[in-house]
Amino acid sequence: MQYHDLVIIGGGPAGLAAAVAARQAGVQDILVIERDERLGGILNQCIHNGFGLHTFHEELTGPEYAARYEQQVRELGIPCLLRTIVADISPKREILYVNAQEGAVTLQAGAVILAMGCRERPRGALGLPGYRPAGIFTAGTAQRLMNMEGQLVGRRVVILGSGDIGLIMARRMTLEGAQVQVVAELMPYSGGLNRNIVQCLQDYGIPLKLSHTVTAIHGKHRVTGVTLSAVGPDRRPIPGTEETYECDTLLLSCGLLPENELSKAAGISLDRVTGGPVVNDRLETDCPGVFACGNVLHVHDLVDYVSEEAARAGRNAAAFLSGAGAAAAPIPLAAQQGVRYTVPQCIDPARMDDSVTVRFRVADVYRDRCLTVYYDDTPVKRQKKRAMAPGEMEQVVITKQSLLEHGPVSRITLCVEDPA
Amino acid sequence: MTEQFDVCVIGGGVVGCAVARALSYYQLSVCVVEKEEDIASGTTKANSGIVHAGYDAKPGSVKARMNVRGAALVRQLSQTLDFPYRQNGSLVVCFNAADLPALQELYERGLQNGVQDLRLLNAEEVRALEPALSAAAAGALYAPTAGVVCPFGMTQAFAENAAANGAVFRFLAPVTALAADETGYMVTTPGTTLHARAVVNAAGVYADRIHAMVSRIPMHITPRKGEYMLMDREVGDLVTRTIFQLPGKQGKGVLVAPTVHGNLLVGPNAQDEPDKENTATTASGTADVRQKALRSVPDLPWNKVITGFAGLRAHEDGDDFIVGEAPDAPGFFNAAGIESPGLTAAPAIGEWLAGQVAARLGAAPKANPITTRRGIPRVAELPPAERSKLIAQNPAYGVIVCRCESISEGEIVDAIHRTPGAVSMDGIKRRVRQGMGRCQAGFCTPAAMAILARELAIPVTRVTKNRPGSELIKE
Amino acid sequence: MTTHELICIQCPLGCALTVTVDGDRVEVSGNTCPRGAEYGRKEVTAPTRTVTSTVAVTGGVLARLPVKTRTDVPKQSVFAVMQAVRAARVTAPVTIGQTIIENVAGTGVDLIATRSIEAQ
Repeated sequence: MQYHDLVIIGGGPAGLAAAVAARQAGVQDILVIERDERLGGILNQCIHNGFGLHTFHEELTGPEYAARYEQQVRELGIPCLLRTIVADISPKREILYVNAQEGAVTLQAGAVILAMGCRERPRGALGLPGYRPAGIFTAGTAQRLMNMEGQLVGRRVVILGSGDIGLIMARRMTLEGAQVQVVAELMPYSGGLNRNIVQCLQDYGIPLKLSHTVTAIHGKHRVTGVTLSAVGPDRRPIPGTEETYECDTLLLSCGLLPENELSKAAGISLDRVTGGPVVNDRLETDCPGVFACGNVLHVHDLVDYVSEEAARAGRNAAAFLSGAGAAAAPIPLAAQQGVRYTVPQCIDPARMDDSVTVRFRVADVYRDRCLTVYYDDTPVKRQKKRAMAPGEMEQVVITKQSLLEHGPVSRITLCVEDPA
Repeated sequence: MTEQFDVCVIGGGVVGCAVARALSYYQLSVCVVEKEEDIASGTTKANSGIVHAGYDAKPGSVKARMNVRGAALVRQLSQTLDFPYRQNGSLVVCFNAADLPALQELYERGLQNGVQDLRLLNAEEVRALEPALSAAAAGALYAPTAGVVCPFGMTQAFAENAAANGAVFRFLAPVTALAADETGYMVTTPGTTLHARAVVNAAGVYADRIHAMVSRIPMHITPRKGEYMLMDREVGDLVTRTIFQLPGKQGKGVLVAPTVHGNLLVGPNAQDEPDKENTATTASGTADVRQKALRSVPDLPWNKVITGFAGLRAHEDGDDFIVGEAPDAPGFFNAAGIESPGLTAAPAIGEWLAGQVAARLGAAPKANPITTRRGIPRVAELPPAERSKLIAQNPAYGVIVCRCESISEGEIVDAIHRTPGAVSMDGIKRRVRQGMGRCQAGFCTPAAMAILARELAIPVTRVTKNRPGSELIKE
Repeated sequence: MTTHELICIQCPLGCALTVTVDGDRVEVSGNTCPRGAEYGRKEVTAPTRTVTSTVAVTGGVLARLPVKTRTDVPKQSVFAVMQAVRAARVTAPVTIGQTIIENVAGTGVDLIATRSIEAQ
């Protein structure tokens, strides 16, 4: 059986950053497996700008951001298999991949980094009533058709969901001559970044209807209209508030789901909230030697954080391959009171880096609150926050020193509190 | 010029294709006319996919006769015609001790209908078989011979086998007029007019309208809508057998069942619907299905729903299948009112009706009809060595287009070039399951569109979801 | 004197800015940092945007070339830029950073390729 020290599944932003970091940390034998015919993943279709402010201190488009990493991968001579799909991973890190040139091939990996990304929540999962005509697309599918194939999927558009891809597509289709009539959002707040609401909707006078959802899709063969209704605090449609828009297209931007079917095949435990693997501070799953990063781990708001996280996974995989042992006594992290989840889900104080960045999302829109970290019952850190929103990732840094100084800790808790 | 055929089958659903296949084993020229762009586009595309054991139908009814024979044929043909079928057994569960006599009645009806291996189970036995069932389960009728089948796969197998034996298919050909003459019937569609010595009416919810074109005998079909939810394969093993509730007046009620492809299917409710085209799902229907299904399986994971859909059953007022020659229209044969257990019964209806038509036309069986058919290879299900071998022969089998269901470009190309082949995105989806998985074609739509455009040599802007007018790109 | 209500997009805070313009005098309130004041001033007096789109490619491994204006352009020229982009066509190979249209729509800014595309 073929063997490689490190196999990285996915050649998008996470996989590429992980590969570069692992090589820089000394791993010579790396193989990146990418299902598409080119590296870069979803960035290839994200032609808008706004990427890289943290990583490169300039505003890049998606393809430009991807090109920077691709170039590093090329310069480092890291082999990448394209148009190759991983069909299975075993708990012992045996990988079955398939492509046209080699057929179905099994290989053994010393370590694995999962970087498969995420998918969009489809119409069926939203339970939207009505017909199932052509003209209903997830925003990302429309984006791919628009930006990679040059095909405009619709002329009169209604968008459900204010996720960033939906907002970006509202602007994109408007610029291409489509009439985007409205963006409806089930929640009382937007799921997207402020900057996108301003530059993609307000710039073009596209209304954003918060607390609204689709209650009917019209047209048997192609969409002919969409009915929106206001929803109450229970998120149920309020009868009598129906408003029908004539349109030929409904775009959906209603959330992203980490794509962990392979992780499940390997027997890896998943977090119920993130949908991604449960990992320790080394981003290692409960399957030893298997690491995860990027949107397969949890859905990120900015690609810069994906790259940073993936580089950590790459370095940690390198450490694993050079014999770093298993975690001794990890301390669980608890997400409570306004904090929906944390990544990582546990920290091993004995083996951790000097500091660990814990990322999470909050459950609601908060103004003037404190983000508090408890070591057991002791508050050890209080960060004042002017504003927090579910659409944006938050982070706190836990230092090794603070943990060691505190003495034995059985639990670290993160929560949102009123300022004392 | 009017094309001449011995038999014209109206409708390319599972019944029409089963009839066409059986007719193609006789020395008869056969033409199937279908109003949509592909076979399996009406009731056949939206049903439970269940092979019923045969205890439901009233003894002596056409339904009873066709069901039991059909179930045996589906089992047998799934081998020779290579379509997905699995005998998983079914349970009719009752949740109230007061209903146990009704279960007993169903059991006896099954015996009368000739259903094999039926057993009545007590509460403990039921829960031992299906731990996910409600604690309220008081008993069940267990039918080990029941199964699940791929409705599209079976219909394609019938259609392809029919085509291999010379039957031809005309799509986008709704019958607008049907007129008797001395030698048979003139069948008019918007594109062509054809003449056939005999006509088989397998027009689903439209069968009453077709029938009324040539017969004065009353027939009235009510479309009875059923809504479904389909769940991720991840939870497909929540139950092993098909779980029915005690049947009521409106049909067999809401079932919870694994599909032959490993998803979990929940539905259908039953709602009479005046519009023969109304396959829209509704908020109230979804709620109805959910509430009823929870009675059987209280822990259904609703967050695993990947899609919802609705189908229309062709319910005839007489509550039985109408199969046979219309008494006042010689050479005009009905296969009408084919609601549940119609999918199961289809091959039996085909077999019996073809015999009737052949007798009427004095046609003899062919000496050597083609009796087997190979389905499109399900590449991802092959062991790695065999998969590699196939990919070496045709590298397109190694290019995965639909990642959720692991469907390769080679399989999609096959689907397009079968006879009858896929001409739409839905046609591909129903043949090889591209886009049927958890992302519901989010990722693979652009690639599948490009393949379809390439293989049909049409611009991508003309690629449709189903019939013309359902183009994906809005020019 | 005119008053504009804006949401600041300089950081996730999304401050609600009020910008008043009185002749040459521009005053920003509601901001919590200097970047907010600067944003508010610019948004009202000379708003600019970077335009990104795609251009048709002939003979390349991809059908569309992603492009952007090298820097931001006046907001009111966005649709003029788009018109020029739609009319453009390039032949592969294309190199990332390559100028596709000089001084696009008279903005003084070049339209450049944001990826490389090899010839087929």
